[in-house]
Amino acid sequence: MIRSHVLICGGTGCTSSGSVAIQEAFKNNIEAFDLSEEVKVVQTGCFGLCALGPVVIIYPDGTFYSRVTPDDVKEIVEEHLLKGRKVERLIYNDTGADQTVADKTAVALSDTTFYRSQNRVVLRNCGVINPESIDEYIAMDGYAALGKVLTEMTPEDVIKVITDSGLRGRGGGGFPTGVKWSLCAPNKADQKYVVCNADEGDPGAFMDRSVLEGDPHCIVEAMAIAGYAIGATEGYVYVRAEYPIAVKRLQKAIDDAREYGLLGKDIFGSGFDFDLHVRLGAGAFVCGEETALMTSIEGNRGEPRPRPPYPALKGLFGKPTVENNVETFANVPQIILRGAEWFASMGTEKSKGTKVFALGGNINNTGLVEIPMGTTLRHIIEDIGGGIPNGKKFKAAQTGGPSGGCIPASLIDTEVDYDNLIAIGCMMGSGGLIVMDEDNCMVDMAKFFLEFTVDESCGKCTPCRVGTKRLLEILDKITKGKGTLEDIDKLEELCYYIKQNSLCGLGQTAPNPVLATLNFFRDEYIAHVVDKKCPAGVCKHLLTFKIDKDKCIGCGVCARNCPADAISKTDYIAEGHKLPSYEINPEKCVKCGVCMDNCKFKAISKI
Amino acid sequence: MKTLAELQAIKEKMKDKVILREGVNQLRIVVGMATCGIAAGARPVLNAIVEAVNENGLQDKVTVSQTGCIGLCQYEPIVEVFEAGKDKVTYVKMDAEKAKRVVEEHIKNGKVVVDYTISLDKQ
Repeated sequence: MIRSHVLICGGTGCTSSGSVAIQEAFKNNIEAFDLSEEVKVVQTGCFGLCALGPVVIIYPDGTFYSRVTPDDVKEIVEEHLLKGRKVERLIYNDTGADQTVADKTAVALSDTTFYRSQNRVVLRNCGVINPESIDEYIAMDGYAALGKVLTEMTPEDVIKVITDSGLRGRGGGGFPTGVKWSLCAPNKADQKYVVCNADEGDPGAFMDRSVLEGDPHCIVEAMAIAGYAIGATEGYVYVRAEYPIAVKRLQKAIDDAREYGLLGKDIFGSGFDFDLHVRLGAGAFVCGEETALMTSIEGNRGEPRPRPPYPALKGLFGKPTVENNVETFANVPQIILRGAEWFASMGTEKSKGTKVFALGGNINNTGLVEIPMGTTLRHIIEDIGGGIPNGKKFKAAQTGGPSGGCIPASLIDTEVDYDNLIAIGCMMGSGGLIVMDEDNCMVDMAKFFLEFTVDESCGKCTPCRVGTKRLLEILDKITKGKGTLEDIDKLEELCYYIKQNSLCGLGQTAPNPVLATLNFFRDEYIAHVVDKKCPAGVCKHLLTFKIDKDKCIGCGVCARNCPADAISKTDYIAEGHKLPSYEINPEKCVKCGVCMDNCKFKAISKI
Repeated sequence: MKTLAELQAIKEKMKDKVILREGVNQLRIVVGMATCGIAAGARPVLNAIVEAVNENGLQDKVTVSQTGCIGLCQYEPIVEVFEAGKDKVTYVKMDAEKAKRVVEEHIKNGKVVVDYTISLDKQ
């Protein structure tokens, strides 16, 4: 009889830090200690705290072990599973706000600061069930929403519930999902389609991947519900080929659902037929744009097409189509089961429910968090995210990837929802949240995202193809100290031109990182142009490395490590030192910073 | 799948298997599983408790877990029952049969099995 479950994270983060070997080690050791009949090992999706991976959780106690290595496994099996003594040194030791808890084993996973403020709707099964087991999904109320829809509700009822819930598209735009469905439902055609957009392309975003890896059946179920609501019998999931684990688990989910008759003909004896197909994206960012995505599914080169006609009328293969993002779909079964009022009770006036964010950049708890809409940025960064490492100061948070903007430190109390972000010239985007500290240069950040969009522009329309290239050239000029004040004006003008004239969302939003940084950090642009300085000390061409001759003890480590032979001995011996100090030849210096990193006496600085 | 009943049947069947992950219950049975406990036969006791809990359908009311040495090695195997708002009950010198009786009488029916508890008289 099984008395304990060992849950091992099998998300991409933990897999790349070795969770497969850990799973293997658990199986071997459990056999060796003759516990196979008592302990079950379960591979799950992402727990969210990727920074501490690989993560292992042992139930019934819910003990949370972090940064486990295969060598630790024998100890965990022998001590914890056999003898009931927790391995203290591996336990995640965040006691949360409750400092009175002296015994750290007493802290349940759900009580840690990281998890306590979260409200897991989309991620409710991630890290709880085995994503490859349809039975475990069913045990967690899986497919009950589909059953309810097909046996008790009309398609109009379904659309009404989704509309009333206030669910909005989680891909970034925030279009009301119920409205989208209701625009498609009345259109008559011999075939209609439901499409799931899993072409998550923003650098630093991995929300959709984690849902597909951790709870693939909820997407299958939600798409079938959408199919019933709009009268479609076929669906496509368009997922990046770079997500091999997600693709594998999704395909298994579809196969298992077919076997159980939860996809296919006459589901629940209702006469409703629905089936799903997976299409792999080849990694083009533009294919995340809905019309380009459909063009790609049709087998053509992924390029957007003008709207109207909108996909609700003429979408995939020219048929009426509803396309939603992974996270949007993941909310649907819960809304059906728990009601529109329940969903609408979370969030702000116009943005209901929760949002999943992928926290990255300069933050302690890198990972995946799900919070109610309207949570302040301060709460996300300082409490859930655990603050900025190394005592640095928070400078800005970048949201929405290459299409988004940034929230400066002065607006850290902004309540994060669709409308508040748009009001400050930002964008929710799909949920990537990159935290930047005082050592990040905002001009350099804008340049990074422009490099990305220039690479990814499909080239169909001129404003995007040529315009983004010119933007990048101006930014490059500025970061090299060759910019003028006129360049800043030109940059701004060109941004607006590209926004207004591009064909699709990629071009229309590509200038956002530039506009947002110009808006909040114009002084940094001016410092680059007028003073020829990079205040954050990032832009190489504007930096000078200098050795303080009175601090230099003359050890010569810098000179030995300099790849450009730019450091040489001088005649000067500082007071109290025995050897002559060194100096850097600015003509030869390539500004790599190796000398500074290697100097133990902090005699080298960059200005 | 043709009916909701089929879905419900799978859910019922699976519920027991995932209920362990829903966190610790108000009622906890803890078995001492240090070297002394194991040597005295704590493992069959633990397994018997888990089985009895499942047979009696008590999985959603009680959590079975282990602990280390309690310090009364001569009385092992020791089983302790913690219930919110009540005094801890300590059963000593347990075996599989006694464990079953504890689950049935104490956990299921709320009647402490005094025969197996540690008391001042015995000491």
